[in-house]
Amino acid sequence: MKIDATDRRIIAATQGGLPLVPQPYAAVAQELGMDEAALCDRLRAMQEHGVIRRIAVAPNHYALGMVANGMSVWDVKDARVAELGAQVGALDFVSHCYERPRALPDWPYNLFAMIHGSSSDEVEAKRQEVATLLGGACRGGDILYSTRILKKTGLRLRSKEG
Amino acid sequence: MNLDETDRLILNRLQEGFAIAPDPFLLVAQELGLEEADLLARLERMKTGRTITRFGPFFDAEAMGGAFCLCAMAVPQEEFEGTMAKVNARPEVAHNYERSHRLNMWFVLATETQEEIKVVATSLERETGLRVLCFPKLREFFIRFRVAA
Repeated sequence: MKIDATDRRIIAATQGGLPLVPQPYAAVAQELGMDEAALCDRLRAMQEHGVIRRIAVAPNHYALGMVANGMSVWDVKDARVAELGAQVGALDFVSHCYERPRALPDWPYNLFAMIHGSSSDEVEAKRQEVATLLGGACRGGDILYSTRILKKTGLRLRSKEG
Repeated sequence: MNLDETDRLILNRLQEGFAIAPDPFLLVAQELGLEEADLLARLERMKTGRTITRFGPFFDAEAMGGAFCLCAMAVPQEEFEGTMAKVNARPEVAHNYERSHRLNMWFVLATETQEEIKVVATSLERETGLRVLCFPKLREFFIRFRVAA
């Protein structure tokens, strides 16, 4: 989907969040000098095309006790990775799941799944669940824990026009 | 902050999605058997108390244009701090984590175009004298991740 300047203004106005008022879309529309109906049509179009993944609440994992996470990585047979990746991604403790290229010989893994839990023991147990699910299609795996955040900046849309 | 059963109900429900409609909070309140004003007050309190990181549309950064790539380096311990400074100095590096592996530095490059990913990675290799492995996303799997509140 090609997004235009108006979509970009909508993104810029809402990427920090929706206002917590009874008519949040009317409030955003007013701020942008638009019709509420026009704003909603554009939001729906962006949602249909996947530009908006969902409109939802993002809870703070840490505040809810999900304090441990690990990047699990797996060497899955190419012929099975699409089917099995979809199953791993559907697990409720996996927050991101991607197929990525291997970098042989340094890196034999082609499936990445971020696992969350309330403790490192729980993350390890869930990693076993993933291993069981992958079964014989998986030739090996590993898990990488983050030991330090070295840099963290938001992936924010730059305010270019177009 | 302390969450009661109603707060947890709200968090679990609103992770599932939120309508594009004139009175979307009213719809959620009716569904959960709450007053709209109570729902809004609880959301406000959880946002202020940082139990809620964000509430609103989640955009796919790639769908908006731009390119992203996960990269990794195996950095010898004695060069770690110096390499980190060089990597972090790049505005294209969005986040960077130290991880428990021989490949111990993992970062995401965010650029306007796909070609720039390669340019930045090559330039970092020249500057650090270390290989930068690139792991672009080939396929993304549908995610049903929810934090049980």
